[in-house]
Amino acid sequence: MSEITNYLSPCSLDDAVRALADGDVTVLCGGTDLMPQMEAGQREYASTLMNIRRIEGLAEITLTGDTCRIGALTTVSEILTSQLLDEVAPVLVAAADQFASDQLRNAASIGGNICNASPAGDMIIPLLLLNAVVELASWQDGAIQTRLISLHEFFKAPGKTVRQNNELFAAVLFDKPPPGFVAHFCKPGPRPALEIATVSIGIGGVLEDGVFSDVRAAMGAVAPTPIRARRVETTLEGLPLNADNIRAASVSAGEDATPIDDVRASSWYRDHLVRVLTKEVLNDVLENTN
Amino acid sequence: MMSLKTQINFKLNGQPVTVTVPVTMNTLTMLRDELDLTGTKYACGEGECGACTIRLDGKTINSCLMYAVDCDGREVVTIEGLKSGETLHPLQQAFVDHGAIQCGFCIPGMIMQADYLVENNPDLDRARIRRGLEGNICRCTGYTKVLDAITSVVESRE
Repeated sequence: MSEITNYLSPCSLDDAVRALADGDVTVLCGGTDLMPQMEAGQREYASTLMNIRRIEGLAEITLTGDTCRIGALTTVSEILTSQLLDEVAPVLVAAADQFASDQLRNAASIGGNICNASPAGDMIIPLLLLNAVVELASWQDGAIQTRLISLHEFFKAPGKTVRQNNELFAAVLFDKPPPGFVAHFCKPGPRPALEIATVSIGIGGVLEDGVFSDVRAAMGAVAPTPIRARRVETTLEGLPLNADNIRAASVSAGEDATPIDDVRASSWYRDHLVRVLTKEVLNDVLENTN
Repeated sequence: MMSLKTQINFKLNGQPVTVTVPVTMNTLTMLRDELDLTGTKYACGEGECGACTIRLDGKTINSCLMYAVDCDGREVVTIEGLKSGETLHPLQQAFVDHGAIQCGFCIPGMIMQADYLVENNPDLDRARIRRGLEGNICRCTGYTKVLDAITSVVESRE
């Protein structure tokens, strides 16, 4: 383990991205993933430990025009209790409700949950359904530069993202879904608490006159990263949401998923689960729109 | 490895404290080993069991996962901060009265989370208490009396 020679707790985004410019920085926010990963020896500290909790203006949920922005430091509790999100993106609030426990929701940040890049990350699936983009900030040519990257292109592998070492995850943004958009998130387990998803799935779309359009599907814990389930989307797009098409979507879900065997489930069981859950989620969509 | 240390100031159970801690130390270790407040317990060390639950700026968190340096400028309340003088907090008294204790190890965390639930939920029924305690595990499975104790405090409030 290398030695930490510097501890920073900047109050402005400016100071934080300047400090990141040399790249050798471990970013700390809630600590709920960082602490156990460090204790378990899965990660090593860089020479600087930077606590970004005190950065002003990075813990806000705002709606400007049709674009909703959730600052990186926003806790999962704040998402769970946000009236704005309850109106704009209830599927995100529903996922927050199935996230760990009060104690973890009160500490864990949305930025941390996304940057941790777990294939099973609970908040990522609904954000994929919302076509979310990630805002990364860095210090270049004497000023803050930001770039936007689509959330589904953000993940490279378990724990790996395209974020460069000199970039700070500043916010996640998404456009308000179209009128009539309904989405459901499902994470099976004996109880909602502290369950790391065996698989998770979210499907959304606009159901009008029985026809399902603008279909978006995402799945967790069935691939090295959280994924958009493109075959499920294609199978359902523009067609009536009926028993035959739901059955076809369930087959497509099995094709989209490439799960592994691990301590939580076998590949066979995960494959089975995504097919069953695809049907369940679509039936939920059907029931709640009629 | 020699870990870098830094000085932090925060309010602990109503009193200002200044302490110098390694920057990688967790809050639970600071409370128990540096500040001699051993009421908060270490069990799983990964946020699954809730034995280390404390209040930070009014919200409950797992102190085993929180960096001690992040307490700087904030307000921390531990189980030791609940009673006033020699008088137990109503939840502590209710746990005693209902025998809501077996080995007792999980109880400080249970009471901290219960206090948070009672304070923040005007309509706290048994189902909501169960859901609210999802992050607190009792190895002795003594949940029924814990629920009885918390319910009695909610009822006495009404």
